[in-house]
Amino acid sequence: MPESLSRDEVAHLAVLARIDMSEAELDHLAPQLSVILESVASIQGVASADVPPTSHALPLTNVFREDVVEACLTPEQALSGAPAQEQQRFSVPRILGDEQ
Amino acid sequence: MTDLRKTAAELADDLASGATTSVELTQAALDRIAEVDGAIHAFLHVDAEGALEAARASDERRAAGRTASTLDGVPIAVKDVLATKGLPTTCGSKILEGWVPPYDATVVAKVRAAGLPILGKTNMDEFAMGSSTEHSAYGTTHNPWDLTRIPGGSGGGSAAAVASFEAPIALGTDTGGSIRQPGAVTGTVGVKPTYGGVSRYGLVALANSLDQVGPVTRTVLDSALLHEVIGGHDPKDSTSIDQPLPALVEAVRQGASGDLAGLRIGVVTELGGEGYQAGVLARFHESVELLTKAGAEVVEVSCPHFVHALATYYLILPAEASSNLARFDAMRYGLRVLPEGLDAPSAEDVMRATRDAGFGDEVKRRIILGTYALSSGYYDAYYGQAQKVRTLISQDFASAFEQADVLVSPTAPTTAFPIGDKVDDPMAMYLNDLATIPANLAGVPGISVPSGLADEDGLPAGFQILAPALADDRVYRVGAALEALLLEQWGAPLLDKAPALDGASR
Repeated sequence: MPESLSRDEVAHLAVLARIDMSEAELDHLAPQLSVILESVASIQGVASADVPPTSHALPLTNVFREDVVEACLTPEQALSGAPAQEQQRFSVPRILGDEQ
Repeated sequence: MTDLRKTAAELADDLASGATTSVELTQAALDRIAEVDGAIHAFLHVDAEGALEAARASDERRAAGRTASTLDGVPIAVKDVLATKGLPTTCGSKILEGWVPPYDATVVAKVRAAGLPILGKTNMDEFAMGSSTEHSAYGTTHNPWDLTRIPGGSGGGSAAAVASFEAPIALGTDTGGSIRQPGAVTGTVGVKPTYGGVSRYGLVALANSLDQVGPVTRTVLDSALLHEVIGGHDPKDSTSIDQPLPALVEAVRQGASGDLAGLRIGVVTELGGEGYQAGVLARFHESVELLTKAGAEVVEVSCPHFVHALATYYLILPAEASSNLARFDAMRYGLRVLPEGLDAPSAEDVMRATRDAGFGDEVKRRIILGTYALSSGYYDAYYGQAQKVRTLISQDFASAFEQADVLVSPTAPTTAFPIGDKVDDPMAMYLNDLATIPANLAGVPGISVPSGLADEDGLPAGFQILAPALADDRVYRVGAALEALLLEQWGAPLLDKAPALDGASR
């Protein structure tokens, strides 16, 4: 298992995570991320295959509520933080790329 | 006459007796903020008008004999990661600059319903990622004990506000120690409740399975009073525990009597020794000695998997955080930045440019790390393995709690370090949470109580007490006992030794 991250890998992960990163940022962050990854890699092999995973500290059960109308945000409130809005809707940049 | 150095419990008594009013008290806190916050920078936003209006309403209720709670009229500061209707909520991030939530977090609604005027929002590391507040996009908070040093993090703002007497009490959140570690390095008290004991609705999520809201105060009793206001079941949080809180204030009163006969205290072998500052350890051992004199029996317990807690945490947290922070997509709220040099940018182009401009280094580091840990091919080796080690850590707690009623350790391995020392060395920064992280992974409650000043630097150290899930009353009982025993020894609260800071803003 690789225990360090190359600059190219960090650039790829940044695309997956939807963060533009300048060359300078990649130079700065990639070595730091490698150090962190080397450190957390120590976890490999600690738990044997038969140990069950824990996703939450305490047991969770699904929670339902009655299917009745409750107080909620008005359209104005829901849109109040929008960077742009139009006709009581969120206004967003085009979703599809040129090739689509 | 209003004395801001009094505890919240004493101020509540003064309000009840008519010795002061909520308007007087709230105005005094606002004046203190004006006097010292230029130097401390605990607050990102101060709401003088809203706080005074709430104070007037509190005084009117009291005059009419209809007080809403014990703490009705006592002002409070709120960490900026909790949604406050009508008040900016930034999480210390540029990506939420100027965002005003249209709703209250449940804990904020409870605080308002109990009659506590909200003074403002406190500084924090961006999205609660950090141990020093240096990762705030709005500047670092300074430690009231030494303005050149960090106040801990992520909730350094709430801890510094309380330590510098700007606010009697505050709300914090603790994902890996963000309430307890700032408490330790500022000489204040902080409690991380049992996971699910306090609602997370309206808490901007860092890592859902670890986050918990809790009290930030100067005394154990004040924490219990605030915990009883904010705790309890909330249908809006699916992880909220549907059963009543234990009697916390009662546990404090019991503990403060100083009798711990029959109590078994477990000193965790793995949370001490190498990496811990000598002065921090000296105060820790003295505190254990005091608890022994009060009748407690001390046993040493080993939690062998705790040595893997830091690595486990720094896989689980980035994984959850990278998913959570995907909501900052520049579409529905927050910052939107258009990329340069593109005529008709797509939503994805805009999202990438916005997240580059809106997130700081530490947030980017953790999102990238989480994206990596969750990616196919590495999932089993990293995230899957971390979830299994999380099980082993919980099992360590379970067997330790068979041998002891509470577990104890130093809260943080060192006292407050100088601002700038670790800001660009992530692993060095992460080590600050070595002793606090296991509790978050297992969901158990913990408190940090001041244990004194380290000999090397004269700065505060903290004593951590952990209890089994749902037994929050135990951390209050033992915390109150230690606080009372130390106060008897010191003759005055530890914060009396901190600089007065009067006129520090000038």
